[in-house]
Amino acid sequence: MMQWETVIGLEVHVQLATRSKIFSGASTAFGAEPNTQACAVDLGLPGVLPVLNEAAVSMAVQFGLAVHAQIPEVSVFDRKNYFYPDLPKGYQTSQMYHPIVGPGEVEVSLEDGSTKPIRIHHAHLEEDAGKSLHEDFHGMTGIDLNRAGTPLLEIVSEPDMRNAKEAAAFLKAIHSIVTYLGISNGNMAEGSMRCDVNVSVRPQGQASLGTRAEVKNVNSFRFVERAIAFEVERQIELIEDGGKVIQETRLYDPERDETRSMRTKEEANDYRYFPCPDLLPVVLDQAYVEHLRGQLPELPAAKRERFERELGLSAYDAGVLSASRDMAEYFEEVKTVCGDAKQAANWVQGELSGALNRENLVITQSPVSARQLGELVSRVMDDTISGKAAKQVFQALWNGQGHSADDVIEAQGLKQVTDSGAIEAMIDQVIADSPAQVAQYCDAEPEKRGKMIGYFVGQVMKASRGTANPQQVNGLLKEKLDALL
Amino acid sequence: MALEDSHVRRAAHLARLAVSDDQARGFVDDLNRILEMVDQLQGLDTEGVVPLAHPLDATQRLRADEVTESSQRDTFQYSAPAVENGLYLVPRVVE
Amino acid sequence: MHDKTVTQLAAALAGGELSSRELTYHYLQRIERLDGKLNSFITVTAEQALKAADAADQARAKGNAGLLTGVPLALKDIFCTEGVKTSCGSKMLDTFIAPYNATVVEKLNAAGTVSLGKTNMDEFAMGSSNESSFYGPVKNPWDLSAVPGGSSGGSAAAVAAGLVPAAMGTDTGGSIRQPAAFCGITGLKPTYGRVSRYGIIAYASSLDQAGPMARTAEDCAHLLNHIAGHDLRDSTSLARGVPDYLETLDAPLSGLKIGLPKEYFGDGLDADVAAAVREAVRVYESLGATVREVSLPHTHYAIPAYYVIAPAEASSNLARYDGVRFGHRCENPLDLTDLYKRSRDEGFGDEVKRRILIGTHTLSEGFFDAYYKKAQQVRRLIRQDFLDAFEEVDVLMGPASPSPAFDLGAKKDPVSMYLQDIYTISVNLAGIPGISVPAGFVGNRPVGLQILGTHFAEAQLLNVAHKFQQATDWHRQRPAFAKENA
Repeated sequence: MMQWETVIGLEVHVQLATRSKIFSGASTAFGAEPNTQACAVDLGLPGVLPVLNEAAVSMAVQFGLAVHAQIPEVSVFDRKNYFYPDLPKGYQTSQMYHPIVGPGEVEVSLEDGSTKPIRIHHAHLEEDAGKSLHEDFHGMTGIDLNRAGTPLLEIVSEPDMRNAKEAAAFLKAIHSIVTYLGISNGNMAEGSMRCDVNVSVRPQGQASLGTRAEVKNVNSFRFVERAIAFEVERQIELIEDGGKVIQETRLYDPERDETRSMRTKEEANDYRYFPCPDLLPVVLDQAYVEHLRGQLPELPAAKRERFERELGLSAYDAGVLSASRDMAEYFEEVKTVCGDAKQAANWVQGELSGALNRENLVITQSPVSARQLGELVSRVMDDTISGKAAKQVFQALWNGQGHSADDVIEAQGLKQVTDSGAIEAMIDQVIADSPAQVAQYCDAEPEKRGKMIGYFVGQVMKASRGTANPQQVNGLLKEKLDALL
Repeated sequence: MALEDSHVRRAAHLARLAVSDDQARGFVDDLNRILEMVDQLQGLDTEGVVPLAHPLDATQRLRADEVTESSQRDTFQYSAPAVENGLYLVPRVVE
Repeated sequence: MHDKTVTQLAAALAGGELSSRELTYHYLQRIERLDGKLNSFITVTAEQALKAADAADQARAKGNAGLLTGVPLALKDIFCTEGVKTSCGSKMLDTFIAPYNATVVEKLNAAGTVSLGKTNMDEFAMGSSNESSFYGPVKNPWDLSAVPGGSSGGSAAAVAAGLVPAAMGTDTGGSIRQPAAFCGITGLKPTYGRVSRYGIIAYASSLDQAGPMARTAEDCAHLLNHIAGHDLRDSTSLARGVPDYLETLDAPLSGLKIGLPKEYFGDGLDADVAAAVREAVRVYESLGATVREVSLPHTHYAIPAYYVIAPAEASSNLARYDGVRFGHRCENPLDLTDLYKRSRDEGFGDEVKRRILIGTHTLSEGFFDAYYKKAQQVRRLIRQDFLDAFEEVDVLMGPASPSPAFDLGAKKDPVSMYLQDIYTISVNLAGIPGISVPAGFVGNRPVGLQILGTHFAEAQLLNVAHKFQQATDWHRQRPAFAKENA
């Protein structure tokens, strides 16, 4: 049986989070009425001209710096010519020969905790197209050009990935970098990040690449894995049955979980790239690039490493907490407020993440702020409340009952009782009220008594409405019961 | 580099121009005469000459990222051949 | 009244000798009476013009008038004019009402000028005779059997016939200078990037440039003062100060170094045209200039390079005419491809199709390097020829066209038409400014002297042209057509 190796390269289109479009002053906001955000330039009206948005340039450069890429001094916009109704000018302004970001590299984290470098071939700026709406307008298609001209950064990887998990990890790493940089909202459901996958297979050990298929429309982390799985199986079967993979564009259909050929009767396109005469070469001086470098935030890989090294978190915790900038910032604030990284990590990953997942919220939508959670953790650490009460406090804060942990503790009387006199009085009362259980305890084998003490602890906690410190109750009870033997 | 009927048909398809057989014959003649004139370029040695895309050696000015346009949909769609609910209509596109 | 220059009319308006309404009405009357024979206008905006004239008169009454307030002019139908049909001479845009104003139009409106309408032109500015217009050919007022030149032939004919004192044109390969020469008027193509291209329907973006067409260099200076300058909406317009072009008009020419490119006086040049140009050069010598021969060795390659670069850019620029958002759309398209192909087949004329096909072919896979890249390399050599020449001389002089206006229908073969632009086309490839001034006649057809300067030398060109016009009266000659119909 032949052993096959899979070779994968990704092209990731990231919508940049500029306010206005790449070549016009129209808004990029999502969800407006059709064609209300398509200005004269976006519509390609006769006579209009493009002017490049500075924010799109700076965002592209920030990405380049984040992936340790070369930033060429000069980049040039080209026209990619083809007809399609959602492409108003009959060409897409893109960068074919002199992209704004040169070769770079991303370190991706794999599930086993290891990392792998994936090379970036280049990244270039281009304009997004509009949308075709296929609802029935008397058998016609409707065209909405609001999205036309939204800036895209197309990130092209080298074919460095060898399985679907690596491809998904690469896409996650890109997602993480662009959201850290704040250059994209990374919202895959709204199409802010879209992915084409180039897949080929070759016999294990063969140096040359197999013929690749380009799979389009792979727009979630999960779909990347599934589309690759399907495509790899299809190609291997095809070759093993004596067939040949043809170089073609295929479309991933998430509903049927398959890829299918997009080839039509029409001959292959010829995009006739040539330098856009309406735009001049973009020249970035060193000072501009260095200024942007100076403003780069700490990036996910560096943060993950710091969380492990300085804060002593496990590789897993460090990975999860650094995956998104929002998550990392939240965690770091909790940590700063409570002063303990491990406790902060436990709470953020445990109680908070659980609640967010249940209600399908992202961390920025959390009803409990990082400060509130940090103060809550502090109250556990200084024994003001028990762990159990803390969960009650968290729930109350989540529901908006009270401004701070202290408010809730006060209002609900959850402050832990540590006054041994008060606890002793409760214990005495419980012992007095439970003669049968006391007798059983005294008659039991010494090694079974440990288990039996649980009953008394429960009664005391109940009497204190949960506010007594359980360790303290446990110790005092043992002392008092053993005195009765 | 003489041009054949197939070149004209391919260019016409890429440029989305309907060209009848008669027209194609005429264009092959015209275009060949034009290309014959253009082919004088091949006689000039341009080894090492950097292509010139713009007559001035200027560089791209960058625009501040500000929203300066508001909707003018009705004005823009006044001259549109087919519009419904604010959308431009085209014959059904099959994906 | 219609024999006066912009400068004279501006003075008359300022002196209260006439109102903008009277003037505008007079020209509108002439257009109505005479343009049937010339076909120089596609659209006459009489109502808007009279309104603008009244507004100009009111502004003047309130003391808010500028130098050109109330002066009528016309716009080549390539400039987008808000609320007015902007056809670019094509059936494709026969129904297109521009929803915005070109920057040049905005600037002229702000200067208080009064637009009488939109002038005829070769379809999408592709032509040298004005015969490719969807709206029919324009006649040359000097000889109704001759072409007015192109592509700004409507603007040139209208000015020459006294239907308007000045008009705006555009020049991609000679489209201001050659019709100015054929019609005996003055036409200036500024440096690429001097005047905003925003709102000018693109033919070849790296070559297109707008400029004034009028009777005199002084009039052109007046107009250039108002239309030149940086435009934030055009990335290729230059952020560079605009001098007052009127200020230096009268500077003496003693010591001016004139170069005569030997390639501009070779085979194919009409002997009478050559004689007229040499006579004009002698006038300059009498004004104190020195003359020497220079060489622009790559002149021969300008037309071939142009017919790669311009059609390539055009093939892409004209892809937006797809029958979807504006412009002509075929009846009952069967499917999307049919919509595209038939709309474009029906909407474009033959010359436009030829250039789209050439451009598409030369950009396509396997041909790009041999054609497009090569042409861009040659373009650099052509620009260098000029830069080298301007190290030695101040201005270059030669004919604007190898012959005077030819007869309508005389150039059936596209290539013979293209060869008419031999002296104008390299100027666009190099991006330098050029002006054509009347310099004599061959029979009853005018001859144009072309003067070229280095990048941003418009002030010098206008000065050199103006001094010539003070020493000669070629620019004061009027066609019989205008006189008979006075």
